[in-house]
Amino acid sequence: MTTLTFEAPADPILERRRQIQGVAQASLNRRKTYSKIAIGVCWAFLAVAIVPLVGVVAYVLIKGLPAWNADFFTQVTEPEGIPGGGVWNAIVGTAVIGAIATAAAVPIGLLCGLFLAESDGRIAGAIRFTADVMTGVPSITIGIFGYIAIVSHTKQFSGLAGAFAIGIIMLPVIMRAGETAIRGVPFHLNEAALALGARRATVARRVVVPAAMPGIITGVLLAVARGLGETAPLLLTIFGNQYLQWNPTKPMEALPLVIYNNSSQPYADLIQVAWGAALLLVVVVLALSIGSRVLAAVLQREKR
Amino acid sequence: MTTTETPRLGTAKRGGRLAVPNGAYRGLLAAVAVIFVGLVLWFVISIIVQAKPAFSTLGFSWIVQKTWDPTHHKYGLLPFILGTIETTAIALVLAVPIGLGTALALAYLVPHRLRASLGTAVELLAAVPSVVYGLWGLIVLAPLCRDYLEPFLTSVFGWTGLFNGPNQGVGLLLAGIILFVMVLPTMVAISRDVLAVVPNEQVEGAMALGATRWQVLRKVVIPGARTGLLGGFTLATGRALGETVAVALVIGNTPFIAHSIKSPAATLPSLIVNNFGEATGTELSALFGAGLVLLVIGVAVNATARALVRSTARGGAASVAVA
Amino acid sequence: MIDPTAVPPTAHKGIDLNTAEVLMDRPVGEPIMRLDDVTVSFAGRNAVRGVTFDVHQGEITALIGPSGSGKTTLLRALNRMHDTVRTASVTGSVKLGSTDLYAGTTDATLLRSRVGMVFQRPNPFPTMSIYENTVAGLKFNGVRKKALLDEAAESALIAAALWDSARDRLKAHASTLSGGEQQRLCIARALAVEPEVLLMDEPTSALDPIATKRIEELIGELKHRVTIIIVTHNMQQAMRVSDRCAFLLMGEDKAGELIEFGPTAKLFSEPTDPRTLDYVNGRFG
Repeated sequence: MTTLTFEAPADPILERRRQIQGVAQASLNRRKTYSKIAIGVCWAFLAVAIVPLVGVVAYVLIKGLPAWNADFFTQVTEPEGIPGGGVWNAIVGTAVIGAIATAAAVPIGLLCGLFLAESDGRIAGAIRFTADVMTGVPSITIGIFGYIAIVSHTKQFSGLAGAFAIGIIMLPVIMRAGETAIRGVPFHLNEAALALGARRATVARRVVVPAAMPGIITGVLLAVARGLGETAPLLLTIFGNQYLQWNPTKPMEALPLVIYNNSSQPYADLIQVAWGAALLLVVVVLALSIGSRVLAAVLQREKR
Repeated sequence: MTTTETPRLGTAKRGGRLAVPNGAYRGLLAAVAVIFVGLVLWFVISIIVQAKPAFSTLGFSWIVQKTWDPTHHKYGLLPFILGTIETTAIALVLAVPIGLGTALALAYLVPHRLRASLGTAVELLAAVPSVVYGLWGLIVLAPLCRDYLEPFLTSVFGWTGLFNGPNQGVGLLLAGIILFVMVLPTMVAISRDVLAVVPNEQVEGAMALGATRWQVLRKVVIPGARTGLLGGFTLATGRALGETVAVALVIGNTPFIAHSIKSPAATLPSLIVNNFGEATGTELSALFGAGLVLLVIGVAVNATARALVRSTARGGAASVAVA
Repeated sequence: MIDPTAVPPTAHKGIDLNTAEVLMDRPVGEPIMRLDDVTVSFAGRNAVRGVTFDVHQGEITALIGPSGSGKTTLLRALNRMHDTVRTASVTGSVKLGSTDLYAGTTDATLLRSRVGMVFQRPNPFPTMSIYENTVAGLKFNGVRKKALLDEAAESALIAAALWDSARDRLKAHASTLSGGEQQRLCIARALAVEPEVLLMDEPTSALDPIATKRIEELIGELKHRVTIIIVTHNMQQAMRVSDRCAFLLMGEDKAGELIEFGPTAKLFSEPTDPRTLDYVNGRFG
């Protein structure tokens, strides 16, 4: 440990102050310049980040819009070389698969979310952690699961297998979003209802879930947006179908699949279709994301 | 949250509707939770089971052998494991500094009026499907890469020996860049959240001592958010490791270990997605094995990420679906 | 402690005016900071206006008054903390010695090494140890020499009455300290930079009575080392601790104004202004 040195001039504090001020003044310019440069770098990085992100959206818009004509939305996909065609079969496929996946994942997910919101034990903690990890698991492994679970048993690719996989992807997202929303409900609401003698199920149904609705809806819409955009699981489960197919037990087409398959083709008209489908997908996904926020904000305000 | 059990009153009718007794209610919830756990277990077990034949036939070392040649019964996964790691590494080398700088700018430098809207814009971008990034990467970025970026990098860094070979556009570099663009919104969203909630009193405390703006950010704000930042980076890593279609479209899909940053290569997901349709027998089982390896890596990284993000538990981008 | 009437050290050659002035050992009681018609406004609306008084070297000056009277706003103008608030505007003049704080040539960052601040709620940096917290200000100002850092840290921790309990655990995290100890750490942190003036914004209002008492004692001892300006809403604290008081009150335009300024004893026993009399007699909060 250092000791205070006492040498003339005798006041160590003033002497220290002199030294500190000397260093502070001498280093001021260097410190300020360094700060300016570092902050400039942050701004530069912001610019660098904006460019590709805006670029993606801009290109999708510019290249996809020309593909949007009446045929695009009403005709089915044509193989390369044959002019015309659209993505109606893919739209149908995406919609059907999305609907089945949502119909399965939402009830289970919300009930699980309710379960997690009401439990604090270690088992619930483990389940919660598992759900969190599952939201980040590589989606192709879930596609493999869909293949093993359904395709290999039914010996056929089908929309159902795709819906199964997409549903599994959506499930943990809805679970956690639901739990977060329900936990956000002020505890006194829950307590008051229980104190009045209502049963837990009634409290959940009449008080908690409605109060958590904005958060739940946001979570569900975001989960749907994510599910609709997933490609890898579909690649292993639905196989694609160039004809219109409403029956989910058969192979189906889907928008992400069309984009993926057409992207690597050397035919300009197929690429055009891919851009158009990409734009459609982006519009739907963004609409769901923005819509979920708007809806949540509106519902939140109405509650007050 | 402990709640006292209300006395069970059987199934008395209330307001005309059948009231669910507490026991049945709890039972239903528990049953659904069991369904979830069951699905997860089924998931893991079925992949293990399907991959097992490959292990019985080939032993264990095939995972790290370097030749993938099904016609000669060689199923080495090393090129794909390396490809996965390398593309992720390139993505992270770009995403960590740029993501952090962007997040700092959004949280502290950008004018107040713009902060909310820019933050929302970044979060919305995180929702763009990965296949769209793949399409853009292949059609728009690959030619740019081939004609401008790769020649430039080769001329500047060619001496390192990392940039040998022809400029093709598609390859490790492009895949890394696409992954960087894809994980950026998520990383920026989470980082911005955790940076912005560093208590104002600490920022003021540093200012009052005579710190410059950057000193405040570097010595107080970033350390104050470091656990959450690490969690965000790790989540981004998890996403990059597992990304399939965007990478498959731009990486060139050659099953060899890349000898240069510009070479075409392949990753575990791209291997699976490209060969699944026609694989049978041992090859198919090897693909399941690749899936298992990918699953193990993905779970390990994600579990770490979640543990880190958890300890700075906040709402916002981190708690709900982070793709 | 240091005898303020000792012979001032000789001016060292080659040092510019600022530093020489910093060295200057002003006799106790001489004005060190002068406020002249200081007005702070936010988006055009005055928060505190027309404040004029002198702060004297080696004394403790208290800013007192009911809440809303602009005490904290005024205090923060004295180390240019309002610089970061876009809508804030400070007019009038604040002089530290001969330095005009708000002149274009005065650097705010450097100024804050001469005018330190302790906040209402203890805010040690949570990721830093006790030692690192104490020397944080020095490092921000470019000091790197370990000997100087150690010396300043020890002196500051002693002055903050934290040295005995902290010397063996300097590497422990600041969060392991109690609330009162954390506030003393913040005081040590501010002192380590050897400022000429220390601003304290209700430093004990977040603490329990025992910790409060210890810090009040501390403040009394510190005035030999650094001039203190303290905001307090606690009249008794002002009476116990300060040499002079500035009494502020919110006027009809919702802006705080200086009602009376003078030695504490006189202000509390025979105030000039009737409003001051009302306040010190507890007639309004």
